[in-house]
Amino acid sequence: MKRRDFIKSAAIGLGGLLMPADKSDASLWETFFQKYFREMTPEEKKSVAKRLEKEYKDKTGVSIDIKTNEALPRVKFGYGLDLSRCIGCRRCVYACVTENNLSRKPQVQYITVLEFKSGEKWVSDLEESRKYYEHETVPEPGHFYMPVQCQQCDRPPCVKVCPTGATWKEPDGIVVVDYNWCIGCRYCMAACPYGARKFNWADPQVPPEQFNPNTHYLGNRPKFKGHVEKCTFCIQRTRENPGRYPACVEICPVGARKFGNLLDPESEISQCIETKRVFRLKEELNTNPSFYYFFSL
Amino acid sequence: MKGKFCAAVISAVVLLFMLHGLAVSEEGFPKFTTTKPPFTEGIFPCTSCHAAMPPNKEKRVLGFHTEIQLRHGDNWCLNCHDAANRDMLHLASGELVPFDKLYQVCGQCHGNILRDWRIGIHGKRVGYWNGDKTYSLCVNCHNPHSPKFKPLKPLPVPAGPTEIMKVKGSVPVTIEEKKIYIPQYDK
Amino acid sequence: MIEFIIDLIRHIIKGNKMYYLWLSILGFFIAMGAIAYFGQVDNGLIVTNMRDQVSWGFYISNFTFFVGVAAAAVMLVIPSYIYNFKPIKEIVLFGEMMAVMAVTMCILFVVCDMGKPLYAWHIMLHPNFPASLLVWDVIVLNGYLIINLSAVTYVLYRAAHGKEYKMSIMWPIVLLSIPWAFSIHTVTAFLYNGLSSRPFWNASIVAPRFIASALCSGPALMILVFQIARKVSEVEISNEAIQKIAELIAYAMGFNLFLYAAEIFKEFYSQSIHLAPMDYLFFGLEKGGVHHNVLVPFTWIALFCNLTAFIMFLNSKMRNKFFSLNVACVLILIGVYIEKGMGLIVPGFIPDTLGEIYDYLPSATELLVTAGIWAIGALIYTLMIKTAIPIYKGELSLIPKGQRRKVPVHH
Repeated sequence: MKRRDFIKSAAIGLGGLLMPADKSDASLWETFFQKYFREMTPEEKKSVAKRLEKEYKDKTGVSIDIKTNEALPRVKFGYGLDLSRCIGCRRCVYACVTENNLSRKPQVQYITVLEFKSGEKWVSDLEESRKYYEHETVPEPGHFYMPVQCQQCDRPPCVKVCPTGATWKEPDGIVVVDYNWCIGCRYCMAACPYGARKFNWADPQVPPEQFNPNTHYLGNRPKFKGHVEKCTFCIQRTRENPGRYPACVEICPVGARKFGNLLDPESEISQCIETKRVFRLKEELNTNPSFYYFFSL
Repeated sequence: MKGKFCAAVISAVVLLFMLHGLAVSEEGFPKFTTTKPPFTEGIFPCTSCHAAMPPNKEKRVLGFHTEIQLRHGDNWCLNCHDAANRDMLHLASGELVPFDKLYQVCGQCHGNILRDWRIGIHGKRVGYWNGDKTYSLCVNCHNPHSPKFKPLKPLPVPAGPTEIMKVKGSVPVTIEEKKIYIPQYDK
Repeated sequence: MIEFIIDLIRHIIKGNKMYYLWLSILGFFIAMGAIAYFGQVDNGLIVTNMRDQVSWGFYISNFTFFVGVAAAAVMLVIPSYIYNFKPIKEIVLFGEMMAVMAVTMCILFVVCDMGKPLYAWHIMLHPNFPASLLVWDVIVLNGYLIINLSAVTYVLYRAAHGKEYKMSIMWPIVLLSIPWAFSIHTVTAFLYNGLSSRPFWNASIVAPRFIASALCSGPALMILVFQIARKVSEVEISNEAIQKIAELIAYAMGFNLFLYAAEIFKEFYSQSIHLAPMDYLFFGLEKGGVHHNVLVPFTWIALFCNLTAFIMFLNSKMRNKFFSLNVACVLILIGVYIEKGMGLIVPGFIPDTLGEIYDYLPSATELLVTAGIWAIGALIYTLMIKTAIPIYKGELSLIPKGQRRKVPVHH
């Protein structure tokens, strides 16, 4: 099978090698010469989304919806995480995997939950973190937890270094990636201080029956090997009117996760910043995240 | 005609107050809904049993409701439950409070938590960040009789850098009626 | 022209058994590398040992090393054109050819590291300039390639006409090539240096160290290659030229070691939280009951090689004896290859930004692809020499056969 794919794609030309071999030649052509998302007209965006929907349908038989809607006016998303509540149960990790159609094999996860021993040094370089903790139950006595995901920086180092502009910050504050425009150089992964950017080292596999059909072009649409992806605050859920909370917010059993519009003084996140002492991760790097950690107790 | 005008004026005033954030009354948050307290099936209304029983206000170990492990405050039912009206709770002042507004009872001792809960910092909201949302009541997360959180079983550990391909499958688990997928690893 | 091409092919295929053995070894490694690379394209970069934790590895390490090697040219260009040092002027062409080889290899390494190499043209269509240092690097590397290629082509073109190159045309190329050579190192150093997320790279000493070590490795490789070249072909390279290069290496290595010492002192004396990557290099890091130390032996080997080579180069007696000179050059190559390769790239990712430690060593695919690119580089250099020497000897010429002079041209 592999050999046949290989020969077939070699026959189509080197171009075939980087795309699924079962695509028609026309689709291959369109994929290869697809324009930069930010330079597409709304019609072009729609037609690209249509083509991607059809490709997924042809491949798996499952119909999905790929939205391309823009940011809502007067909205800038912010996120709060209550470190005195988090118990390290990792439900957010897998709610995110499910919602965002993250590859099951190879494993891709946007959220990393870190465990620290109480009283040990932790913030700054996070050297004492434990990611692979295994306990019967959590929280483990004498420990505390800090989940880390994309901090949606206002001065994102990943955006600065991207050679093709394939990643950028949207008006609502979400840092997104045009997977088709990304060339897979992984400079952004070197630049990100939060380990938030993930690379598709192999063809990402998600069982079609587990695929969330509500997708966004800049978010959880079908992905392929060789590009970088990241948390988008569940752009397919949040960028709606009304927009749902991100999946990680809704799954959290202790209500440690807060989300809302920073420009709305009544939003949960604005209230957090107003009434609690908040901090942002690695503030010494001046990345100005939109992701606030705080202690409610 | 006059009544309609009055109603319009009143609603306009109320709206104005709401816009100024002054309409946060004991009634809570008009735009938002709270969930229902998680009663054990058939337990409510309490009067269906208690109506026929004379109230015994003496602090004691109960012969009934033995499944309840009371580990809260000074451990006495009638601190919160009302002896006269069994279907209600009461505040320290004696004022009656229905079960779906029980946060008022909790807030008597946990005032700062109540304040955080009102503005969305404590507790959990689901729904729409810019629309209707559902608040969890205190008792949806905390067992009022033993409010300290019970430890949870964590979901699977992530695969290390050398193991990202050693995933056998992706299986569903249901958490709070939501189906999410967790990995199964090769042994 | 057609006659020239036929002559050229005739010269290239002409060779003794050793030459053919050499070509077949190169061909073998290139084929192995190509097979490994197509496997990588087919399966994705999962066949490498790079992961999200250590997202750049052996390819980028080699890339970095060969940016250094490309310095070879400038080490010859300055003494030959600026100071008119005759012995080196005779061989400057071979330095420029080595720059062509090294930059080509750099480009190949970067391409092999990309997840979607076929889309590399996106950089041209929508470059994130001037924000992204990677765009700068694409510009300076390709520019350096063009500069050196045009210098080589022009000189050979003139030689093929039996004429010496015109300094009026050479000067602009030379003047451009000197700052440009420094720019490729500086920009490549800044590529890492500018990332505040990686404390190991985010130190101002990185760019100066880059240049210092580049001025060791490139010339060291050149000394070795020149000796081979003059053994196996009729090319004339004077001892004086080689000794001069060796002297320059001694200074460069002294400077490199001084900068290295400054860095080691600062990290180990202040013992700040950013010590970890350096600690990982020299002693290994303890985490979760595991001692992570895969790079430790390499680090010490590199340090030993560089120090020994420096002492050998300092001693003019040893420097002037070819055996000890060659040993010192090999030591420098090993030392700088480790230090400016894996020793620079991998610790940038260890511990990673969330404190995880992943002991990275290259996979078989990475080793094979890398060997393939080395072989391509060697092949390019071999073919360039095979073209240049007969032109210099007057055996390969653009002058019509009847009008040729008998005497080979001196430049």
